Parts: sequence; structure tokens; C-alpha cells
Amino acid sequence: MSKSITSDVPQAADEQHGTNRRGFLKCGVWAGTGVAWIMSGGIPRSMSLDLVDTALADAASFSFVQISDSHIGFNKAPNPDPVATFRQGLQRIKSLPTQPAFMIHTGDVSHLSKPDEFDTAEQIIGESGFETHYVPGEHDILIDDGKPFFERFSKSADGWYSFDQNGVHFIALVNVLGFKSGGFGHLGEEQLAWLQRDLMAQSASTPIVVFTHIPLWMVYDKWGWGTDDAAQAMSYLKPFGSVTVLNGHIHQVIQKIEGTVSFHTAYSTAYPQPAPGTAPNPGPMKVDAGRLKSLLGIRDVNSLSTTQPLAIIDTPLSA
Amino acid sequence: MPIDKAYRARTSAIVACLLLLTPHLAYAVMPDGMEMPPSVTRNVPANVPVATSSDQVEIGNFSFSPMALTVAAGTKVTWTNHDDIPHTVVSDDDPHLFKSPPLDTDDAYSVIFQKPGTYRYFCSVHPKMVGTIIVKAP
Ligand SMILES: [Cu+2]
Repeated sequence: MSKSITSDVPQAADEQHGTNRRGFLKCGVWAGTGVAWIMSGGIPRSMSLDLVDTALADAASFSFVQISDSHIGFNKAPNPDPVATFRQGLQRIKSLPTQPAFMIHTGDVSHLSKPDEFDTAEQIIGESGFETHYVPGEHDILIDDGKPFFERFSKSADGWYSFDQNGVHFIALVNVLGFKSGGFGHLGEEQLAWLQRDLMAQSASTPIVVFTHIPLWMVYDKWGWGTDDAAQAMSYLKPFGSVTVLNGHIHQVIQKIEGTVSFHTAYSTAYPQPAPGTAPNPGPMKVDAGRLKSLLGIRDVNSLSTTQPLAIIDTPLSA
Repeated sequence: MPIDKAYRARTSAIVACLLLLTPHLAYAVMPDGMEMPPSVTRNVPANVPVATSSDQVEIGNFSFSPMALTVAAGTKVTWTNHDDIPHTVVSDDDPHLFKSPPLDTDDAYSVIFQKPGTYRYFCSVHPKMVGTIIVKAP
């Protein structure tokens, strides 16, 4: 992994992530550099990976990894072999200086919800040896309202759940069920009520990490890149001093800070998608093989201690 | 457009007879909208009606084309996915009057519309994709 660092935030828009709209922060990682964002009082600062490594020598710290959108079963341009790139992503995690406590997979494990696609993903993740927490993407619930996915990958029958690690409270939400015609991602009343109850048991100083497939802010209305009832979920998270929201779905890194909440969408390990509005539709970007791996990647999230913000490092497979 | 309950009940009885064809498989839709397991044979139930005509909806560029299609009652409408990403064809009604399996590239799905009316549908993977079939009395 390259340990060079890019300049302070926010990055200028570039050709792939070129919307340059207000409020979008962008990591300059596609050039093959690793960069860490440190959130401090709502102001993001970049931090060199060397510093992160040093800080992580502290025994109180831990890290976890986000992988997303593995789309096992996809077999077209620009990536006829997402199994191979998924394996590469996991190898990259193995080579991280600090091994993660666990992984989260933010959905679209499979491409068509087929049993053999789930089998392959489960086998590859099993080989990696990392404990993994899942939420489904819309490609994982195409059969029987997602029952095969939930039975295999989820820790509760509903698919949503929470757990604690080193003082950080993790919340897994499902926002790919109950889509309405013309609509967006959807959490639903039952899940929102559960979320409110779950958060009432936490103190406002507990760092919260929420992970779900579709972004919880409106990244791009025309392509449905948002969640219709996310505002209600965010209202429950308002009292908390540190909230990190991790998503997949859009196969590119886009970040936004709103008060004490930071939102981060992740790379896919299978294929890139265009920046909002830069293509006729959100289908796979047909990039050549040389460029592909600069647009796929994994995310390493480091908690240096519970009193400091999380450090988030997006690393492309090409780095 | 909400369909009232009596109308839906009548429509369901007709939907019971819908024949859904993909290039390789035959599906039959049960009255409650649930699909029977795919049959590898072409043996279809005896009560399945024969379509009097056929028409097409193309799925491409993450949209249904034409977005609104008008057909005569008895027409078999076939959707074919030309995108490199899977889509579905699902009626807006709850419960769904028709609901395709995931359609990968070049997969097709058909519904025979016997009853005049306006049938709105969407893609359950990309709910921004919407379309309408308007069925007129022949
Ligand atoms: Cu679709």
C-alpha cells in the first residue's frame, strides 16, 4: 500500500468524481494513494497512514474493515471475474499493518441472489478467517423477499441488529426491502421503532457506527441514490457526539459531513459506477482493465480510542 | 391508480390464468400471485388462455420503452432486458398482480392481459424505473 498522503480536504473534483457539488467531500485515492480522514469537531482533516499506524500501536485501539458490492455472479464488462477481485480485496486486508477485529459487508454480496453466488461469497469470506457482519443489498433479496440471504448471513430474522466493540456501538440497518414504485431505499416503521429503542439504551458519548446498503442521504435523486425515511433515523442519531454512517450501493467513494455525523459511501470490489449524473444511467462504467483496479477497493476504519474520531482509509486494489 | 377490492378480486381470477414465458422456462401464476416452480417442460395448465396478439416492452438504459403501452385485451406483453444489470417487472398493486423473477441480460418475461384496465408496474431493483400497460376492450 502506498503511504503517501494527499492534500487537505476537500479535494477538487476530478474526472471520475466530478460533480463538485457543495457538501461532497472526496478522497483522492483513485490515483493510488492511501489517505485517512480524521474527523475532529465536524472538521475533517487528512492524516498520513504512518501516523495512523503509530497511533494504532496503542493497545486500546482497534480497527475494522468495510467491504461492499462484491456482486458475485456478475460476469460482464468491465469485470468478467468479480471473484478474483473480491479475493484481491481480502488479500489486501490480510496485508494491513493492523489486522481488523472484524469485517462488515455493506451488501450486494451476490448479483442475482442465487444460492451458488452466496456459496462462493461465503466460502471466500470463510477462507479469509475474518468474522463478518452483513447487511443485504437489493441484489441479495431478489428471491423470496430475501429469506435465503437473511437465513445465511443475518444475525436476526429481521436482518437488522446491533453489537458493541471496544466501546463503539455498531448498528446494521436494512434499507432494500419494501421499495415503492418510483421510490428510494426504505427503512420502514418497524425498523425505525427498533432503532429508536436501541439508541435509547446508549449514552450520547458512545461513538455510533451505522452501516446499511443504500446511502442515508440523498446522493442523487434521479438514480434513486437515497433512502426515503432516512431523516427519521438521523433524528434519532442527533444527540450523539460521534456518528459514522457507512454505505455501499453506488460503487464509488463519496463523503459528506453534517454536524457530528459523517457519511461515507464505499468502493465496490466488482465494478465502478459513474459519478452522479455523469452518464445516461448508473450501469457499470466500462473502464479498461488497466484502470479498473484503481476504481475498486476496500475501506479500513481505525478507532484510535473511544475519545477520538474514527480514521477512515479507502484503498483501491491498485494501490 | 388504486384498484378497488372487487375489481382486484376479478382481476386475480384472470391472473390465475396468466402464462409467463421465458426463452427456456414456463411459469404459471397462481391466484395469489405466487409463482409455481419453473417447469422445464412446456406442459402448461389446460386452463391457460391463448393470447390473441402480442406486443413488446424493451428494457434498456434503466428504463421501460415504451413507458406506456396500450394493447387490446388478450394481448401477451413480453418484456426483454437488454441492460447488463438485472431488472424486474412488478405490478404496483399490493399484493402484486404480476411479479417477474430477476431478469438478467436477454431474459424475457410475459404476461397475458385479459381484463381492460390500467396496470402500473416498476422494477423492484431500481424503483425509479416505472411503466404502464393500458388494456382496452378488443
Ligand atoms: Cu431495474
